[in-house]
Amino acid sequence: MAAVGGGGLPAYALRRLFLAVPVLFGVSVLVFAVLHLAPGDPAAIMLGAQATKEDVVRLHRDLGLDQPLVIQYVRWMGHVAQGDLGRSIPLGRAVLPEVLLRFKATLVLTAGALLIAILLGLAAGIVSAVKQYTWLDRISMGVAVTGVSLPVFWTGIMLILLFALQLRWFPSSGMSSPYGSGVADVLWHLVLPAVTLGTASAAALARLTRSSVLEIIRQDYVRSARAKGLAERAVIARHVLKNAINPIITVLGLQVGFLLGGAILTETVFSWPGLGSMMVRAIQARDYPLVQGGVLLIAATFVLVNLVVDLLYAVFDPRIRYD
Amino acid sequence: MTDLVRLFRKSSSALFGLGLVAVMAVLAVLAPWIAPRDPDVIDTARRLAPILTAGHPLGTDEFGRDLLSRLLFGARISLVVGLTATALAALVGSLCGLLAGFIGRWVDQLIMRSIDTLLAFPYFLLAVAIIAALGPGLVNGMVAVAVVNIPFYGRIVRATVLSVKQTDYVESARALGISELRLALTHVLRNCLAPLIVAVTLNVGGMITALAGLSFLGLGVQPPTSDWGSMLSASRQYLNVAPHVAALPGMAIFLTVLGFNLLGDGLRDALDPRLR
Repeated sequence: MAAVGGGGLPAYALRRLFLAVPVLFGVSVLVFAVLHLAPGDPAAIMLGAQATKEDVVRLHRDLGLDQPLVIQYVRWMGHVAQGDLGRSIPLGRAVLPEVLLRFKATLVLTAGALLIAILLGLAAGIVSAVKQYTWLDRISMGVAVTGVSLPVFWTGIMLILLFALQLRWFPSSGMSSPYGSGVADVLWHLVLPAVTLGTASAAALARLTRSSVLEIIRQDYVRSARAKGLAERAVIARHVLKNAINPIITVLGLQVGFLLGGAILTETVFSWPGLGSMMVRAIQARDYPLVQGGVLLIAATFVLVNLVVDLLYAVFDPRIRYD
Repeated sequence: MTDLVRLFRKSSSALFGLGLVAVMAVLAVLAPWIAPRDPDVIDTARRLAPILTAGHPLGTDEFGRDLLSRLLFGARISLVVGLTATALAALVGSLCGLLAGFIGRWVDQLIMRSIDTLLAFPYFLLAVAIIAALGPGLVNGMVAVAVVNIPFYGRIVRATVLSVKQTDYVESARALGISELRLALTHVLRNCLAPLIVAVTLNVGGMITALAGLSFLGLGVQPPTSDWGSMLSASRQYLNVAPHVAALPGMAIFLTVLGFNLLGDGLRDALDPRLR
């Protein structure tokens, strides 16, 4: 456990939480701006060409667009704080329950992909670094650079072609069968999307893990450990991996961002009923409240993930001072 | 320069990357002359023709348009848009980093907090959110992807500026009475050049993928313009009958991005030995 100074981990956690506030404020301003950067009157755009003038005026007033921007922002934030993300006009429903329902599917996909990324990426990265310049290193790094260069939406389509249309091993779209139910059915549907999204992330993770581990391997204390006759396996486990864990956690945190963003593409390819595919449709339908709600939810999740990463950092590294 | 020659002599993968990028660039430049047909001409009698059809070496798409021609013209869009977006991000990001690092104080605070905010969004989500505001389209897609990458350059340049500012030669230049602006533009910026070149090369691939991704979602390049991302999107409905229509544009994106990534890896190894 870390050497705790100045109030310990809870106090540090609180302080970090406090530091996330300005970032969340910036995020909210940007999300708010989505509606207001749009060229033209958002009310008219949202209602479409057939809308009457009265309808537009009414929506204009309902959205508070006749108020000064600062007032509009404060009002909007007030609603958001109460869990009111507005109403989706095309769906005719409140945004929050809609995005939360979709978000569950996105989380399932992201978690599956992250698991694959960690299993493949960490293993390949560590092995590559430990066996630097061997054929094993060359092959895994060759595969990794191929992986980071593959566009996820194309990998997805090719996997569908091979494993869904040709071999018929996995379904090509959706999250569940019409009459199927249960966890097994979801997992069966999850395989292709999670592999698609996860391998891209695994490739990036492998490259970054390799360089972090290599950096540690070059340190003096690793040389000393070897010099005192410690077995290579023990050197790697006790001295190298223990110290490489923080940069790896940082990279993992960043990968969550990549996965949450990449989910938009993967969900579209596999018609996965998540937030990403919903937002793409919402953008095309000019459904601003739905887009705002989705973006806000995902960005807030990512801020939270980064917070957790920072906390883990402090837990794993005694050198980090909490003040 | 000698570094570069040595790099390509030593690293076969960097040379391969350079070759891929060069081939794509030449094909893109020569597209109007070497494309067998007009990429937008529709021929409904020859829809979804397979590879090696007479007159259509790579077959045709769902409107009977020549795939090879569309791929060649798509290379122009991908490269021009990818490079422009990268240049835009590098320019604005570097300027931000330079100002933040050089002026410091509240300017640094303001710029870095803004960068933190941009980084709080998952990479691709921010681009999609910007498109949501500006509306779909080629130029908006380019702007969106560029904005998303500003933090990347801002941080690199700021870090370099901060370390260069401490060096003796900058101190002595300052003692000689050289103006701060000249100092920033000569000594400091020159030192940022190597990390910037590496960053740009490593970044172009990601930019091209992101832009193709936006077009794939229907948020970037709009039909009927021949673009790899939107070609791929349209091909999905015919996956069972004409898989090559989906395979080829993706392969083109992959090879181009691979080229830039291999080249970038090589440059990084040559120019920035710490990261080897």
